[in-house]
Amino acid sequence: MNMITIEQMTKTYRMGSIEVHALRGVNVSIETGEFIAIMGPSGSGKSTLMNMIGCLDTPTTGRYALDGIEVASLNDNELSAVRARKLGFVFQQYMLLPRQTALANVEMPLVYRGIAGVERRRRAEIALEIVGMGNRMDHRPNELSGGQQQRVAIARALAGSPSVILADEPTGALDSQTSEEIMFTLRQLNREQNLTIIIVTHEADVANYADRIVTIRDGVITDDRANQRGNA
Amino acid sequence: MSTTNKRILEPVTVEHGGGLNIAETLKMAADSLLANRVRSFLTMLGVIIGVASVVSLMTLGNGASNAITNQVAAIGTNSLTIFAAPPNRGPGGSASSPPLTMADLTAITAMKLPVVGPVPQFSTAAAIDAPAADKTASVIGTTAEYQQVQSIVMESGTFLSADHVRSSASVIVLGAQLKKDLFGSGTAVGETVRISGKLLRVIGVMAAKGGGGFGSIDDQAYVPIGLAQLQLFSARTSSGQLRVNTITVSVIDAEDVDFVQERIEMTLRDQRKLNQDGSQDDFSVINQAAFLATLTQITGLLTTFLAAIAGISLLVGGIGIMNIMLVSVTERTREIGLRRAVGAQSRDILLQFMIEATVLSLFGGIIGVIVGSILPIVLTAIGTLDAPITADSVVISLTVAIATGLFFGIWPARRAAQLNPIEALRFE
Repeated sequence: MNMITIEQMTKTYRMGSIEVHALRGVNVSIETGEFIAIMGPSGSGKSTLMNMIGCLDTPTTGRYALDGIEVASLNDNELSAVRARKLGFVFQQYMLLPRQTALANVEMPLVYRGIAGVERRRRAEIALEIVGMGNRMDHRPNELSGGQQQRVAIARALAGSPSVILADEPTGALDSQTSEEIMFTLRQLNREQNLTIIIVTHEADVANYADRIVTIRDGVITDDRANQRGNA
Repeated sequence: MSTTNKRILEPVTVEHGGGLNIAETLKMAADSLLANRVRSFLTMLGVIIGVASVVSLMTLGNGASNAITNQVAAIGTNSLTIFAAPPNRGPGGSASSPPLTMADLTAITAMKLPVVGPVPQFSTAAAIDAPAADKTASVIGTTAEYQQVQSIVMESGTFLSADHVRSSASVIVLGAQLKKDLFGSGTAVGETVRISGKLLRVIGVMAAKGGGGFGSIDDQAYVPIGLAQLQLFSARTSSGQLRVNTITVSVIDAEDVDFVQERIEMTLRDQRKLNQDGSQDDFSVINQAAFLATLTQITGLLTTFLAAIAGISLLVGGIGIMNIMLVSVTERTREIGLRRAVGAQSRDILLQFMIEATVLSLFGGIIGVIVGSILPIVLTAIGTLDAPITADSVVISLTVAIATGLFFGIWPARRAAQLNPIEALRFE
């Protein structure tokens, strides 16, 4: 079953009098439970595609279906609701609220889904245990290492049982040892929880953990292949 | 590498529609404000000062206003006071007005109006010598009815009687403070004092009326009018008439006040040979009720004016909130982007910032009410002024404080709500 279907997607920005064609007809399908990397140099349209998949923006033309929902025609509030229910984000800079504990950070997105306090806490605790942060729930971000902070961020993405986890350069701020641990955690989540995970990166090393690598250049998909090492 | 835990998070089954409830947002606002205690307090300070000054100035203004009107009301709102000065000039307004005389008094008496009085007053500042002390005070020549017209209560002895007045007896009644100044705590009734070389027997001491200040009744002495006009001082005018300063009547039924005033004016115009159209009037009749109404209006205006000045500081406080909220929106741009990315709707962000601004201004307002109440409570406790905290000053200032928060919070909140999530996430 297709988790994500993108057909003939274009995105045109207007910068003053100049039109920028960030996406020029992207076609890609992603199935439930895939672990996929989207690669491309800067300016390739990689970030634009990520924003589209993340329901942070809508395409100029073309079709985007996420878990059965036609996203392209949704308004701002409906997009917010889809993000809350279907997506979990992991950012390069972790994006944790600095004055809140790990637990409160993981609970935060659930607030916007109207999930009650007790259930919120239960889910956040489980999510933190899954990423191996069960013993640091009451720590604030400045008491955690970069790798630990990114684990909390992954738990935050996980807590609402999303259809897709979208990770934007998840290891961009980490050393290689920690990067490996984070990628291993993501792959484990994919294997054990059958979570669909999309990594957006410009680093081949990082992309190499995925089972499938899609390359975008100048707003079109130029390469889409299975990755043997990732399957190993 | 400890991610061997096999627990699986099941899909969310129980969830409400999009959007936050108020309780969650309040908790979020409290967390955020507590996380920035110093900044929150400094922001509130503007509101605290604004509300405190509104409460204290309104309360003190009301207290002062009540004190003034009570003092006037004590004289009796049914009384009419006549003095020699063109209308709208006030007592002593014109030196050219011929004085009121005993002939004017006789003319009014002859009308047989439904009043107590008319009561003449002829006052002169004079030195009063007592055996132990002496003091210069206002000595007022008047009649027995003065007691009734001015609602005078005696502490000891009696006020002037009709007999005393008829015979111009050598007697004197002392105001409470004057008695204290002349005789200390000893008895005064039965003692004698000397004015202009004449010995006068003290027949009464009046109860203190309080109020203090200029021309207080407690500092005055009262003697029969004939005695004052002829024996102690000279009240003769160049034409041989006996002068009085004011004539007071107390109208028995409040409904007759306007009628009596009109009749007195007509009689005095005849008596003083003036046009009946009032254009030549060289005397004034002051209606105590009208005076009180004017006074109330003036003090009310004063209170409003004070409150308006205090309101300006509240406005400044509101601008302070707006300023800090705008800074806060900029500072927390990435947080806003994150919240939007994980599913917050634009209105959730709006609500969050609005509630933060409202909580700040509400708490600022409450602290302001407490701080602003201190001065009036202290002044009331030590008896300087009776200025009770009124519910309306509290309600008004709290309402204004919250409205300030909402009004000045709305712009920063809208800016936050309208941030593009993609740009907000990338904000450095």
